[in-house]
Amino acid sequence: MPETAKRKEFQATGKMKAVMGKYFTELAHGAEEGVKTAWCTSVGPAELLRALGFNVHFPENHGAMLGATRMATDLIPLANARGFSPDICSYLTSDVGSYLKGESPLHKMKLPGPPRADVLVFNTNQCRDVKDWFQFYAREWDVPCVGIHTPRAIGDLDECILQDVARQTEALVEPLEEVAGEKLDPDRLKEVIDLSRQCTVLWKAVLDTAASVPSPLTFFDGTIQMGPAVVLRGREDAVDYYEVLLAELKERVAGGVAAVGGERFRIYWEGMPIWGKLKSLSTQFLELATCVVASTYCNSWVFEDLDPDDPFRSMARAYSSIFICRSDDRKEQYIEQMVEKFSVDGILYHDAKTCPSNSNSRYQMPQRLQEKLGKPFLVVNGDLNDLRLYSEEQTRTNIEAFVEQLAQA
Amino acid sequence: MPYFCGVDIGASAAKLVIVDETARTVGKALRRSGIDYTATAEACLADALSEAGLAREQIAATLATGYGRDNVPWADARMTEIACHGRGAWHHFRRPMTVIDIGAQDSKVMHLDGAGRRTSFKMNRKCAAGTGAFLEEIAHRLDLPLSDLNGLAERSTKDVTLSSFCTVFAATEILERIRAGEAVEDIVKGAFRSVVNRIFEMDTVDGTLVMTGGVVAHNPFLATLVGESFGAEALVPPDAQHVGAFGAALLASERARKGEQPC
Repeated sequence: MPETAKRKEFQATGKMKAVMGKYFTELAHGAEEGVKTAWCTSVGPAELLRALGFNVHFPENHGAMLGATRMATDLIPLANARGFSPDICSYLTSDVGSYLKGESPLHKMKLPGPPRADVLVFNTNQCRDVKDWFQFYAREWDVPCVGIHTPRAIGDLDECILQDVARQTEALVEPLEEVAGEKLDPDRLKEVIDLSRQCTVLWKAVLDTAASVPSPLTFFDGTIQMGPAVVLRGREDAVDYYEVLLAELKERVAGGVAAVGGERFRIYWEGMPIWGKLKSLSTQFLELATCVVASTYCNSWVFEDLDPDDPFRSMARAYSSIFICRSDDRKEQYIEQMVEKFSVDGILYHDAKTCPSNSNSRYQMPQRLQEKLGKPFLVVNGDLNDLRLYSEEQTRTNIEAFVEQLAQA
Repeated sequence: MPYFCGVDIGASAAKLVIVDETARTVGKALRRSGIDYTATAEACLADALSEAGLAREQIAATLATGYGRDNVPWADARMTEIACHGRGAWHHFRRPMTVIDIGAQDSKVMHLDGAGRRTSFKMNRKCAAGTGAFLEEIAHRLDLPLSDLNGLAERSTKDVTLSSFCTVFAATEILERIRAGEAVEDIVKGAFRSVVNRIFEMDTVDGTLVMTGGVVAHNPFLATLVGESFGAEALVPPDAQHVGAFGAALLASERARKGEQPC
């Protein structure tokens, strides 16, 4: 591999591993220390749970770990055999498979698998599958499963939706207090929301450094670096971590350090990561001197609407504004802004077979955006976790041909 | 005079073309790709050099393409078969066109503008439907030599529909048709139509419709059916199976003229 095609590691990554390791260790020892555990969807009301003193486990994070370690493909069939279709969310099926087989990537960290939940809290802003997923465990362990049913395909986030979601969020307080065995402290909730907002501001600033030419980071870096923004938002250690990472990225920008040496083209990644192929895809793009500079996915944990002075309404606004639950019109406006902001040459859509909610190439969006923006697109068929649905060779050729096309223009 | 070589190691067949600086083909070769792509490429080169009466040293540059493009160590550059089929087709027709390449394992649709630049492309999904592999499976099911399919399909007088997307399920449907007493030529034409339908749903056609690749080279009746589906005559360039290798040789020549570095 030429010198330019080597991935540049971040010095901050060591600190991230320590922060994440501490989090997983706390989760593992929660029960013995008398701390209750709540499972929460990745864009669920984590602030509320932290304010009530729960340890918070995010099963989607565990799903991504199962995908990245390529354990998922062996575990999914176990869930399939018990009635979960191969066509539904492969986070769900790999996580359930992991539970059934008693195998988890956490074991490699000398930790038991995911902690047993005292309560499961979902928000359907992402999809219905998260609720089905959590209800499986609620039945297994005979524990409560509560949540928020957010409307889908939202155009204008109007008062009606806002009030509905805010009331649903507020209605969670009582059942959660019951499980937690304590009353919600409004000041603590403000504090957590403030920390969550600080985390979000820093995480966005991290991602925005990729607007520099050349970009100091790639989408593939982002999928690794986003861990604290997902599982530690609302905590001091997430804020501390992103301050360190942002400083390093600013140094890269000031020094003109490119994440992809000799950056020729800049691509936007729309859709889920293909977790089990991050390394090979990252290497292919490095070799093609093409940087995947930005993505919808990594930006999905940016919640600028959070406001400590208006906790429930601001959580409702933040968690109902995310890309995945918006109408195609809003999604297209968002991508259009991203293409301009990050000086994107072309858009890659990942059509993830088991994740229709995160696959935006199915209703002509690529064609519409190409016509409007004049930017070419590529659709890659694959999946977030189920590598039975991924063709290495076809993807390799598709990406190479796409870059050839950009070069020709 | 310098000569340029294009080698296309496909999923089923390896093709090699040598052109002179006027883009005239002076030698070519065709072999099964086999399991040792490097050795196959080497053997193809020897065949083509022999046909052209050239020595290896007279090859100024080589460009490799196809699934095995990374297994040709002596190639100066590598590009995808999408680029090479487009370039080869452009040489013959030089107008805005849609190129459909049906290969053994995948199918591609490429759109070229009036300057020969690719504006978009699509490959089939991860599935053998709409590819040569589908026809191979059908020939196997019907216990027919692959080379007999085209003649049989042309003689068909009745439409037999195979509705499944899936090659395996389509093969099961064929068993049902056999049990129902359908004529073999009608079943074969139904299989051809199935390939065409998979292509038809991949993309639209604009400009001149051109078909390349080994499958259409050996089954020209497919071009007739594709033309019927899209409502436009499907043009097939000479030596359609070698168009990818030919395009690769032309691209090798162009790169050499521009003084581009090996890649």
